[in-house]
Amino acid sequence: MNDEYAGDSSQWAFGTGFEDPLAGVDTTVPQGVDPAELAAYCLMLGDDALIMSQRLSEWCSRAPDLEEDIALANMALDLLGQARLLLARAAAADPGVVPALPEGSPVPAEDALAFFRDAEQFRNVRLAEVENGDFAHVVVRLLLFSVARLALLERLRTSPDQVLAAVAAKGVKEITYHRDWAGRWFLTLAQGTEESRRRLETALEALWPYQAELLAPHTGFGVDPATLRGEVDVVLDQVFAVSGVERPGDAPPSDAGREPIGGTGRELPGGTGRDGAHTAALAPLLAEMQVVARAHPSGRW
Amino acid sequence: MVNARDRAAEVARQVRDPEMPMLTLADLGVLRDVELDGGGEVVVSITPTYTGCPAMATMRDDLVHRLREAGFDRVEVRIVLDPPWSSDWISERGRAALREAGLSAPGPAPRRTGPIPLTLGPARSAPPCPRCGSAATRLTSEFGATACKALYRCTGCQEPFEHVKEI
Repeated sequence: MNDEYAGDSSQWAFGTGFEDPLAGVDTTVPQGVDPAELAAYCLMLGDDALIMSQRLSEWCSRAPDLEEDIALANMALDLLGQARLLLARAAAADPGVVPALPEGSPVPAEDALAFFRDAEQFRNVRLAEVENGDFAHVVVRLLLFSVARLALLERLRTSPDQVLAAVAAKGVKEITYHRDWAGRWFLTLAQGTEESRRRLETALEALWPYQAELLAPHTGFGVDPATLRGEVDVVLDQVFAVSGVERPGDAPPSDAGREPIGGTGRELPGGTGRDGAHTAALAPLLAEMQVVARAHPSGRW
Repeated sequence: MVNARDRAAEVARQVRDPEMPMLTLADLGVLRDVELDGGGEVVVSITPTYTGCPAMATMRDDLVHRLREAGFDRVEVRIVLDPPWSSDWISERGRAALREAGLSAPGPAPRRTGPIPLTLGPARSAPPCPRCGSAATRLTSEFGATACKALYRCTGCQEPFEHVKEI
């Protein structure tokens, strides 16, 4: 036993806290892949998972019953795990994306990306960040999110980047459960009472305008989400058909309630979450998620 | 005399899962490899059951701790992501240990080709009750106290039980 650990076995009860989720994984960027494009792609998918995870975890202790509380917490945990790997992958591919921290800070790259970027630096879809509503709202949000994410991860299993391919292969198994959970609850609420049906339709109306962003074209490295439209429509139309809920018409999100982001006064006209143009809901979410890490940029946990 | 690599592997194989301590990491199928490099460092490879599994750090520390106690001063634990863990990797001994502890062991993991179908009904067949053996069981939730388990209730003996999910 070396000196660092001598005589102190109590620490072993807790694990080490910070560690590299890609420890020992070959993170060499494959030939022919542009490191900056790979990092940008992983950030986009990692941010989707991180922000969605944060919103889902806000449900903890607020769900209609204990089982659903546990389900939502489990799905948040799966997405947090995906976010960790994807952010770590982005940092390993292109260290330039990682925010600078004080010299000697022990904060690993994935945490620097999660906790030390401002709203306009996040690349998540706005669907993930809008504020939580009622239970129907989380069902609809998770359905739209997981239908698109599963279609994307299925394709990414054969990504030329070996790390992204491995994350996708594992993520497919997890998101399959999320999508089934959301689909079943969609059906239950649609066929439940007048009140549950009304709430479901209200949530769908509010969230549907954000659905297009999940399938917005992306150029450069990676599977272009725009090519997933066919698969996504097959699954969504199945849910609408079985539940007897009408598929909403496609219209862009209303700009009402959209405020300048990050306190900079800048707003990208026509921009989306993928460009860093977020709704007013993201900054408060980040403030809560990041406050402790930012207060102690050199802290050890 | 047993060589050092086999001795290190045997120590690693005895380490238990922090969340399901009736199973060793080997029986759970998360211990993928134990090697001894030329310089005497033990290199252990483990794979997460689920991406967000919060027990990975504890597993790593338990492995390092136990190997150090056994005289292996330098230990490196590596993460393996590919191929992803499957419940099919739980050993027969592990399945018996799960049943002994009142948990339901997973059936064969789904093997799919083509797009994954959406399942709007309870398509997976319900496992028999690990306590009374009754086939009359009902899914309570596909999510349980850890990422790898679902919750069921036996309508025979009325007891709830946990089922390790097929993935």
